[in-house]
Amino acid sequence: MTEPDSPVSPAEPGQRVRVVLVDDHRMFRSGVRAELGDAVDVVGEAEDVDGAVAVITATAPDVVLLDVHLPGGGGRAVLQKLVPLLPDVRFLALSVSDAPEDVIGVIRSGARGYVTKSITGPELADAVVRVAGGDVVFSPRLAGFVLDAFAATTDVAAVDEDLDRLTQREREVLRLIARGYTYKEVAKQLFISVKTVETHVSAVLRKLQLSNRHELTRWATDRRLV
Amino acid sequence: MSGTGISSTAGHPPGLETELPPRRLYRSSDGRVLAGVARGLADHLGIDPLFIRLAFIVLVAASGAGVVAYGLFWVFAPQNPIEAEQPRSRERDLTMLLALGALTAGLLLLLSALGLGLTPGVAVPLVSVGVGVAILWRQADEDARKRWRAAAGTSRFSGAARAAGGIALVVVGALAILVGPADLDGTRGGLVSALVVVTGLALVTAPWWLRMARDLAAERYARIREQERAEVAAHVHDSVLHTLTLIQRHVDDPREVAKLARAQERDLRTWLYRPVADPEAMIASALAAAAAEVEDAHGVAVEVVVVGDAPVDDGLHAALLASREALVNAAKYAGGAPISLYAEVEPTQVTVFVRDRGAGFELADVPEDRLGLRQSVIGRMERHGGTAVVRSGAGEGTEIQLEMPRSPQ
Repeated sequence: MTEPDSPVSPAEPGQRVRVVLVDDHRMFRSGVRAELGDAVDVVGEAEDVDGAVAVITATAPDVVLLDVHLPGGGGRAVLQKLVPLLPDVRFLALSVSDAPEDVIGVIRSGARGYVTKSITGPELADAVVRVAGGDVVFSPRLAGFVLDAFAATTDVAAVDEDLDRLTQREREVLRLIARGYTYKEVAKQLFISVKTVETHVSAVLRKLQLSNRHELTRWATDRRLV
Repeated sequence: MSGTGISSTAGHPPGLETELPPRRLYRSSDGRVLAGVARGLADHLGIDPLFIRLAFIVLVAASGAGVVAYGLFWVFAPQNPIEAEQPRSRERDLTMLLALGALTAGLLLLLSALGLGLTPGVAVPLVSVGVGVAILWRQADEDARKRWRAAAGTSRFSGAARAAGGIALVVVGALAILVGPADLDGTRGGLVSALVVVTGLALVTAPWWLRMARDLAAERYARIREQERAEVAAHVHDSVLHTLTLIQRHVDDPREVAKLARAQERDLRTWLYRPVADPEAMIASALAAAAAEVEDAHGVAVEVVVVGDAPVDDGLHAALLASREALVNAAKYAGGAPISLYAEVEPTQVTVFVRDRGAGFELADVPEDRLGLRQSVIGRMERHGGTAVVRSGAGEGTEIQLEMPRSPQ
C-alpha cells in the first residue's frame, strides 16, 4: 500500500476525516499525529481502555486508530464496549504485533481493518480515509493471517457453509494483498475493478467476523485465542 | 595415482568428505602383449607380469578358464588413462598381431589336442569368432585412446579396417557354426541358430555398449561436480562477495569493517564445518530470520507474511537461500523502498514471492556475470527441482516468484 489509491471520499464530503488515536505510547501518538499531518483531523487521544471509551463517546469520530495492546483489556475491550453503541464509528487496528491471535481478535471484535506500525504516513492517511469511506483495509500481514485461518483443508465437504469458506476469487485477492499489492494493482492483475476488489475484501471481513467455522475455531485454539 | 584428474583444491561443499579414490585396477597399455591385462594385474599386485601370464596360460588348459578370465578382466578393467596418453609405436602393433596369431594357433592346437568333443568343424569357427572379438574389443580401446589423444595418431582408415576385419571374422565364424555341423534341424536347430546370431551380435557390439555405460557414468560424475561447484559459487557470492562489497562501503569505519569481517568469518565457519545448521528449523521462522538478517545488513524494511509452515528439507533450504538472495537483491537495487516477502506452504509445494517497489529492470539487461539472480536464485531453484520467475519492468518494481515442490513426507 505504498501509493495512495484513487481517493475515496470521506464519510462527510468536504470535511476532513475526524480521527481519535488510541495508543499507550505517547511518543507513538505524537509520531502518528505528525505523520498524518493535515490529511485528517485528529480530534482526540487516549492511552488506555477507559480513556478511549470516554474520548470516543464524547467526540464521535469517523475513525479510531486503535492499538491492539492497551492497558485495561486491550483493543478488543474497547471494541466490545463501543461497537454496539456507536455503529457509525469505524475502527482501524494499528499494531506492531505479529501475533495472529491479537490481529484476528480485534478484527472479529469489529475492527474494519488492520495495518502494521511500519506503515508510512501517506499510506496510513490513505487507509484512514478509506476506512472512513466504508472500505476494509487489509495489510499484507492480515491477508496472510486470514489465508492461514481459512487454509484450504482436505475436508471441504465438512464446511459447506458459505461463511466458512473463502471463494477462489477471494483467495486470489488475499494472496495478492499478502504479496504487497495495492487494491489498484490487485484489480489490474485480476482484470477486475477496484470496486470489485473492495467487495471481495469486505466479504472476507464479514466471513472472518461471522464465521463460527470449525477450522477457524481450531486455528484459534491452536494459537490460544479462545 | 588417480588419472581421473580430480583436483581437490576447490572448496568442498559441506557434507561431502573428499577422500582419496580407492586404488583401482587398470589395464596397462605400456609393455603389454595383448590387452594389458596381465601387466595391469601385475602392477596392481606388485609382482612380475610373467607369473600372471603363466597363470593365465595354465588356466587356459583348464577347459579354457584362462581365456574367460582374461576376457572378463579385459571387459571390466578400464585402461589406465595416464598411460593411454603415451604414443604407441608401430612395432607394438606387429607384436600384437604376432601374439594374436600365436594365440590362435595355440588355441586351435589345444582344442584339437584336447578333443573336448569338438570337431574341427566347430573349433575353427569358434577360434575365428574369438580372434574377431579380440580385434574388435582392442579396437574399442583404440577408439577411446584416440579421443584422449585428440585426433593425433593412427588414421581413421586403419581403425575402420580393423573393425571391419573383426566383424568379418565373427560373422564368418558364426556362419560356419550355423552351416558346418549339419544337425541343426527342427526347433532345437532354430534355437541354436538364434543363439549364435544373438551371441555374435552381443560380442560385436559389447565394447561399444560398455564404453557408452562408462561414458554415461563419467558424464554423471562430471555433472554432479558441476552442481557442487555452482552451489559453492552461489554460497560464496551470497556471503563473501556481499560482505566484501559492504566492507568497501565502510572503509572509513574500522569498527564496522571488523564487525562485518567477524560476522562473515562466523558464517563461513558454520557453513564449512557444520553444514546443516539447524535441520529442525521450520520454514516460516527461517524465512523471518533471513528477512531480519537482510533488514539488519541493508537497513531496509521487509514485510514478512508466511501462510502455513513446514520443516525445512533440502529443497526448502535451497528455496530459503534463494529467497534470502532475492531479498538482498531487492534491498540493494530497490533504493530503500520496503520489500514484501510472502510465502505460502501448500501440501504439495511452497511458493515464495519477494516484491519490491524499486526502479525495476529488464532481465535481459542484467549482465551475464551478475551472479545474484541467475546463479543464486534461478540456478539454485532449478538445481533443486524448483522454479524461479522474475517479473520486472522499468518503474514497476520487481517481483521474484519461487516455487519448490515439497518432498513427500
